[in-house]
Amino acid sequence: MSAAAVLETRDLTIRFGGQVAVNQVSCAFHPGTLTAIVGPNGAGKTTYFNLISGQLRATAGEVWLRGQRIETLPAPVRARRGLGRAFQLTNLFPGLSVLENVRLAVQGRAGEGLSILGLAGDRTALTDRAAGYLHRVRLGARAHDHAAALNHGDQRKLEVAILLAQEPEIFMFDEPTAGMSVDEVPVILDLIEEIRAEGNKTILLVEHKMDVVRRLADRVIVLHQGSLVADGLPAEVVASPIVQEAYLGVKRDG
Amino acid sequence: MNRIGAWRVLSGDRPGHPAVSVLLLMLLFALAFAPFLFPGTKSLDAAARICIFIVLAASYDMLLGYTGIVSFAHTMFFAFGAYGVAIPLAAGNVGWTAVIGGTVVGALLAALVAAAVALLSLRVQKIFFSMITLAVASLAQLVATQWRDLTGGEDGLTFSLPSVLSPAFRLFADPILGVRITGRVLTYYLIFFVALALFVLMLRIVNSAFGSVLKAIRENEFRAEALGYRTVVYRTIASALSAAIAASAGGLMALLLRYNGPAVTLSFDIMVDILLMVVIGGMGTLYGPALGAAAIVMAHTYLQGVLENGHAALAGIPLLAAMVHPDRWLLWLGSLFVLIVYFLPGGIVGTLRQRIAHAK
Repeated sequence: MSAAAVLETRDLTIRFGGQVAVNQVSCAFHPGTLTAIVGPNGAGKTTYFNLISGQLRATAGEVWLRGQRIETLPAPVRARRGLGRAFQLTNLFPGLSVLENVRLAVQGRAGEGLSILGLAGDRTALTDRAAGYLHRVRLGARAHDHAAALNHGDQRKLEVAILLAQEPEIFMFDEPTAGMSVDEVPVILDLIEEIRAEGNKTILLVEHKMDVVRRLADRVIVLHQGSLVADGLPAEVVASPIVQEAYLGVKRDG
Repeated sequence: MNRIGAWRVLSGDRPGHPAVSVLLLMLLFALAFAPFLFPGTKSLDAAARICIFIVLAASYDMLLGYTGIVSFAHTMFFAFGAYGVAIPLAAGNVGWTAVIGGTVVGALLAALVAAAVALLSLRVQKIFFSMITLAVASLAQLVATQWRDLTGGEDGLTFSLPSVLSPAFRLFADPILGVRITGRVLTYYLIFFVALALFVLMLRIVNSAFGSVLKAIRENEFRAEALGYRTVVYRTIASALSAAIAASAGGLMALLLRYNGPAVTLSFDIMVDILLMVVIGGMGTLYGPALGAAAIVMAHTYLQGVLENGHAALAGIPLLAAMVHPDRWLLWLGSLFVLIVYFLPGGIVGTLRQRIAHAK
């Protein structure tokens, strides 16, 4: 198994002062699979993501991407190596247009950010690609509005469009449907299913809603107080006592 | 769908509001024909200052308005260019090599120092970066005033320009349109065209792929990193470019004054003026700082005169006359600034553009 893993963490740990937020998490992720990461609030799910994508540096442990250690690399380098990240708290360029938000992701992917003399508006190929991603999340009509003018659900969609535009090998979704209205959620879930159907992408999904987990996940891992406490098929893990216990008293989305 | 098209000269960056377009065209027209429209020495000097400060304020806007970097060292880079020209000319090398070479060396040095400061303050928070630039600028001021052999200290350096640019030079025997084409007029046009070229270059930079990353850094640096942009590299290049352009403006200033010293290119008053120009005109628009530069230079040049007239007219009335005494001109400039920041928070251009966006 381990040999085929595209992404792997080994004993990944981070301490904030005395607090161990992520505690010796070892886990391998394989191409073509969608792994859901569940756990109560404060279990360390987002912190685990930050350690993988480079927003935080691990106190100890290793992160391996395609056979290379990356835990000391800064976030931009990891992004260029194929780690794509969508954020839980909406994290956009609020004063720029919706299209420009996505175009920046396409441009970053194309590695053209340092081109000074060509005009950004001339790169119609990049702009067209960005517009294509906007249409996929049904935001084509809002292309020229400021990102700050979008409502919460549309901002979530834009966040996903930016991640798609990065064309990563590994997609990291952090509660992509949080706070979205019921009729908007399927757009995002269908998109995630489309990516999974491509067969060679690795998807990590932090998700609270158990119905979403059951529908999408090939595998579920459970974090609890920073430690990995369960790992297996969705049906097994969701039914396991440890998950029942971990979610007890926490909001239990049906 | 090529949205740039006819606006290619301006890099597709439209003024964004009819009033802004009208003001910019008026400014361009006035500056392009300044020697013929306003033949006096004082007004030609003001027009040249406007050209220079447009470049200086716009180059500061690339940092403040586009990248979100607050630096207080911008006048230091301005001075690098001015001393770059002044030092060889004052040493007696009166020639174009000294003028061009001095500007280029000043600009390169400015870019290097700016890049070094940006890299040294790699990971510090923005407020500490600003403090570091303040410290470096103070250090530069100290060097300029103390290293008398090189910089002439507080007195500065006075020098002559190549003969073509000297006031006694006549390009034609007869006046053109009633104006003698003296070296002074030629100096003005040299300043005008270099400033125009630098401004168009800056429009190009902020509208390039690189410029779009600068805006992304201003909006959300964390996210820009997650998209694979090494923001430190971008901030460093932006600082170096901005510094090199400021130094070029400094070279022009030395040509205009045929003098350079700490008071005219290095003082903190100029730093405050640049901030006013950018904020009044509208941060992150380039056109705004151009209008702001024109407004502030005009206020510096003419506000005292206006107040003098007002003072004379109101001579009988006790309090009012004292209020418009020419010595109070800074008070009025300050009041104007407060009013603009309060009523036009996006500056002139920013606020007008927002109106257009809301009207849609």
